[in-house]
Amino acid sequence: MKQVVAIIKPFKLDDVREALSELGVQGLTVSEVKGFGRQKGHTELYRGAEYVVDFLPKLKLEIAVDDDLVEQVIEAVIRGANTGKIGDGKIFVYPLEQVVRIRTGETGPEAL
Amino acid sequence: MENHIFELQYAMDTFYFLVCGALVMWMAAGFSMLEAGLVRAKNTTEILTKNVILFAIACTAYLVVGYDIMYGGGLFLDGIDGGDTLVADALAASAEAGFDGGSVYSSASDFFFQVVFVATAMSIVSGAVAERMKLSAFALFAVVMTAFIYPMEGSWTWGGNDVFGLYNLGDLGFLDFAGSGIVHMAGAAAALAGVLLLGARRGKYGANGEVKPIPGANLPLATLGTFILWMGWFGFNGGSVLKLGDMASANAVAMVFLNTNAAAAGGVIAALIIAKIMFGKADLTMILNGALAGLVAITAGPDTPSPLVATLIGAAGGVLVVFSIVAMDKFKIDDPVGAISVHGVVGLWGLLAVPLTNGDASFSGQLIGAATIFVWVFVASFIVWALLKVVMGIRVSEEEEYAGVDLSECGMEAYPEFTDR
Repeated sequence: MKQVVAIIKPFKLDDVREALSELGVQGLTVSEVKGFGRQKGHTELYRGAEYVVDFLPKLKLEIAVDDDLVEQVIEAVIRGANTGKIGDGKIFVYPLEQVVRIRTGETGPEAL
Repeated sequence: MENHIFELQYAMDTFYFLVCGALVMWMAAGFSMLEAGLVRAKNTTEILTKNVILFAIACTAYLVVGYDIMYGGGLFLDGIDGGDTLVADALAASAEAGFDGGSVYSSASDFFFQVVFVATAMSIVSGAVAERMKLSAFALFAVVMTAFIYPMEGSWTWGGNDVFGLYNLGDLGFLDFAGSGIVHMAGAAAALAGVLLLGARRGKYGANGEVKPIPGANLPLATLGTFILWMGWFGFNGGSVLKLGDMASANAVAMVFLNTNAAAAGGVIAALIIAKIMFGKADLTMILNGALAGLVAITAGPDTPSPLVATLIGAAGGVLVVFSIVAMDKFKIDDPVGAISVHGVVGLWGLLAVPLTNGDASFSGQLIGAATIFVWVFVASFIVWALLKVVMGIRVSEEEEYAGVDLSECGMEAYPEFTDR
């Protein structure tokens, strides 16, 4: 099993969700986060003085999937989140040791 | 029959005074919203608290002693009801003045109209010292300002008294119709003295003098506040005609409303253009300050200019306020809402613009009047602020400032659901 963590532009969430649903991904966790990458921040203006907003709002998606679905999930996230412009985000993949469904106690791939 | 007409005129002029006073009272809401919008979320409850208690303190202190100092009305407004001979006295005064002469109205309505001006002057201070002053120090200053400092300069101007028995501003050709100087510049002078002793907000200016903006939390509130002030200003300037009950006065009132509105519009347009040229963007906070600058600029003389000239006077205020706000930051005078620029710098412009259209005022009179008001209010305020600083401190601790004065001064947050600072 793998944990796929994706940082995406907030307005691309619906596209990514749709692409993942088509694959049969059962669950998804979304958090609002702030950060910067190569896009860096942007400047804003207030009463004649400029200031830099260092951290931009992004969404962090966490998707737990079985091994055979990982490549397709990555492709789906890219398909949904890609705008071709700087700041589209990144995808990280981690090994996932164990999954437990709290209601039934099921473990492993059945619990996904 | 003649007496009945005088009674009707008395009733109408009194009613007009009261309605205008209520409009000016509503400006307290405007200042509250403007200031709440231009501070950070963590300082919202405290600025609202300040605004509501300063209004109450102003009303009480002016009632106890302020009105007596300014116009002589007795301590605690003793005898303001006019006594047993009220009707006879008023009718005699009306007969003497004539139908189209000076206004005769209830003295209680006069107090009500005057007291809301005191509160306006004090409201100006609260915005400039926002986000870092102790609530208790501010409240104590409000008592002295509204009981003594403002009524003293008011007695030299609208009260007609000599300045410490030395000279009389009215005789020198000083005219301030509704208070560009007497109310607005006075409030700004007190604010400037406070800000100089208080220092800038933490993090506002970098080590090399660079300005680090601290954006306000809620621009919809700031805009609402500006519109409320704009509306209240019709009472501020319109009421200062003092009379509605004959055709000439009704025309004068209409002209004052028209010019007040025109000047505010001129201020907005001018501030928009200047901000666009200087910063490349339509900075809303500057535009809001431009509206208020237009209003402050016309307040000293909304009765004599033509509508075009009123628009230009307001527009000049709008230009001035943008440059002034940028300049204040150069001098590291940290004024979160721009009160010193809007009410002080533009208030002075308003005074100086009066002789352009009103032959009864002289430039020298306006300058001497402005200097008298500024020096008195600034020096007296500076002494009071300095005393407060030595005795109890006027600034919250660095840690309290970081956490927000809502928590340290009021113990509650304005938006408790949002924990992100």
